[in-house]
Amino acid sequence: MMRVAVVGVGKMGLSHLSLLGAHPDVEVAAICDSSGYLLDVLSKNIGIAGVKDYDELLERTDLDAVVIATPTHAHFPMVKAALERGLHVFCEKPLTLDASQSIELAALAREKGLHAQVGYHNRFVAAFAEAKRLVDAGAIGEIRHAQAEAYGPVVLRAKGGTWRSRRADGGGCLYDYAAHPLDLLTWYLGEPTSVGGTVLGSIFSASTEDEVYATIYYGGAVSAQLSVNWSDESYRKMSTKITLSGTAGRITVDRQECQVYLRDTAVVPEGYEVGWNVRYTTDLTPPVWFYVRGEEYSAELDHFVRAIEDTLPEGQPADLNSFASAAVTDSVIDSLLRDAEDAVAHTMVPSASTGGHRTQTSAPTAAPRRRGRWGARRRRRAA
Amino acid sequence: MDRLLFGDNQFFGVNHMSEEKARAQAMRFHDLDSIMAVLDIAYDSGIRTFMCTTHELVGSIADIVRNNPGRYPDFIFYPGMPYAHKYANAVTDLGMLGAMRKFAADDSLFGTAVRGGKAVASKDVESLMKMLVDAEMSMFVGLKTPVVFLQNVVTDLLLGLGFKEAFAMFARHVTQEYHAEAGFITMNMPRLLDALDEVGVENPIVCANMNKIGFRMSGGMEEYDRALEEREFRAIAMSVLASGAIGPREALEWVAERPKIQSVVFGASSAANIRGTKEIADSIWTPATAEAPALTR
Repeated sequence: MMRVAVVGVGKMGLSHLSLLGAHPDVEVAAICDSSGYLLDVLSKNIGIAGVKDYDELLERTDLDAVVIATPTHAHFPMVKAALERGLHVFCEKPLTLDASQSIELAALAREKGLHAQVGYHNRFVAAFAEAKRLVDAGAIGEIRHAQAEAYGPVVLRAKGGTWRSRRADGGGCLYDYAAHPLDLLTWYLGEPTSVGGTVLGSIFSASTEDEVYATIYYGGAVSAQLSVNWSDESYRKMSTKITLSGTAGRITVDRQECQVYLRDTAVVPEGYEVGWNVRYTTDLTPPVWFYVRGEEYSAELDHFVRAIEDTLPEGQPADLNSFASAAVTDSVIDSLLRDAEDAVAHTMVPSASTGGHRTQTSAPTAAPRRRGRWGARRRRRAA
Repeated sequence: MDRLLFGDNQFFGVNHMSEEKARAQAMRFHDLDSIMAVLDIAYDSGIRTFMCTTHELVGSIADIVRNNPGRYPDFIFYPGMPYAHKYANAVTDLGMLGAMRKFAADDSLFGTAVRGGKAVASKDVESLMKMLVDAEMSMFVGLKTPVVFLQNVVTDLLLGLGFKEAFAMFARHVTQEYHAEAGFITMNMPRLLDALDEVGVENPIVCANMNKIGFRMSGGMEEYDRALEEREFRAIAMSVLASGAIGPREALEWVAERPKIQSVVFGASSAANIRGTKEIADSIWTPATAEAPALTR
C-alpha cells in the first residue's frame, strides 16, 4: 500500500482525496489544510488524520507521496520541501508562478529520482490523447498552425475575494484557464521559440485578467494562436479546443470528440480513411477503477500511483505531465506576461478619405515589434 | 417506478459525445416553451416521470405543472440534487469555507461553528445536508416527488471519501421530511451498493450508467452484471444509448436481457425519438410486464 497525504482540501483537493480513497493501492495517511474547520469535519467523518501544519506533516516518516492542491503561490516551497524529504509529488497546475522555480523543482525531482507529476488532466482525456497519437504518427503531415481555445463561465461580474481573483497568488484566466490549452500546445508542438501580440484583458476582474490572446511561434513556419476567455457565459462549463492544421490534413479536438480530416497525401493510420473521420470519447475512453467527475482525473492519479510502483502499462511514458513539461508551460506563461507588458503594436493612422483607420505601412511610427523572448529574462512574476 | 423515465440533459446542453450537439440543443431549448413542448409530447405518450436536476428552469417547469393540475394529473418529478454547478461556482467565487458560509447563512449553529473554526462534525454535516436538500426541494412544493436522488458527483465524491454515513442521513431526511424514497445516482454502482449495505440503506434505488458498450460503468461490465444478478436493489439504467453511440432498439434489448433493471432514463428532443423509444419499449416489454412493481412507501 502506498501511503499518500493530500495537502489542500479545496475543490481539486477533495476530488483527489475521494479518488485516492477509492484506489486499491493507496492508503490516504493524512490530510493537511490551513483551515482547522475543514480538517475537523473531514477527519471526524472519514477517519483520516488531519494535520494543520505542513512542516509537521512532512515530519511523518510513513509517507510515500504527497498530492499538493493548494493555491499556486504556495506550490514552490511545499513541493521543494516534499522532494527534499524524498516524497513523490503530484502537484496541481500550474506548477509555479515562475518558470525558473519550476525548472529548479524538475531538476530536484530528477536528482532525487522521485516521480513528480503535474495535474494537466487534459493529457489524460482520451480524445486529446488520440490527437497526440495521430500527430506523432505524422497523420496530418507537417503541422503549420494550431489554434488553441478555452472558454467558460468563471468570472461573470466584478467581484473577488479568493486567491483565484489575484494574479499575484496565481489567480486569473492565464494561470487558471490558458495554462490548459498552452500545455496541450506544448504536448503537440514542443517548446516554442517566441511569443507575440499578447493581450491580457480584464472584462470584470480588478486584480487579474479575464481574457488572453496571443500568437506563439515554434520556429520555421509553425505558429499557434491562443484565444482564452473565462468570462464567457455562453459556455456551460470550461471548454478547451485545439485545431491542428497540417500539410496532409487537419485535426479538431475537444474533450468529447476528435474530428480528423485526411488529405489523399496523408499517411492514413489504421482505422482511419481519407476525408472526414470522427472518434468519440464514448469509444476512446478506457474504463477507470473509480469515477467522480471525469475519467481524466481518475486516470492521472492512477498514472501517478503506477509510475511510482513501476507498474505502468506498456507504451505509457512515465514522464507524462512531468515537472519538466510543466516548466515549459510555465515558461510560455512567463513570456506571455512579459510580452503583454512590453507590447507595442503597429499604430494605425486615420485615413483621410474615409475617416477610418489604415495601417501606415511605409513609415511606421511605432517602435519595431518586440517579441517576448523565449527564455530570456527570468524574474518573479508574482511580485 | 415507470419503465421509462424522461431525463433533462438535453434541455441544458449536456451531451457526452459532442459539444456541437450540446450547443445545438442549448439553442433549441432556449426558452421554457420549447422545453414544455417536448415534455408535453413525452407526457402525452405515457411517459409521466420527469427525472430532473434542480436547475432554475426546472423550477419554472414545476410552476407550470403545479398551476395546471388538470393538464398534468399524473406528472411525477424525480429530482436529483444538488445542482452541482451552483455549488462548484460558489466554491470558485468564495472559497470552500466561504461557500459553506453562504449556503449555511440561515443556520446559526453551523455559522458559529464555521466562524469558530471548530466542528461539531457529523451533527454539523447533517444539519448542512438538511438545509441544502430543503433549499433544493422548495421548488417542488405541492408536487409528486416519490423519489429524491442524490446526484452522482456528490454520491461518488462521498463514496470515495468513505463518508458513507452521509447516504443514511440523506435517506433519513428524504423519508422523514418528504415521505419519499432516497435514490442514488452513481458511476460506481457495485461499490456504492456495498456502502449502502454497510450503513443500512435497504433495497436502495440506484441509478447508474448501464449500456452495451460499458461506457462509464466503473468497476466493469462483469461487476455490474454480477450486481444485477445477486444484489437486492432497484436498478435504474441511464446512458443506455451512451449519448447516441448505441441505437435505441439495440440499447433497450440489451436492457431487457437484465430483468433486474426496472427503469430506463432517456432524453430525447424530437417527437419522433420520444414516440419511437416508447414504441420500442412497449414492444420489448409486453403489457403484462410493462409496469414495474410499485414502490412501497
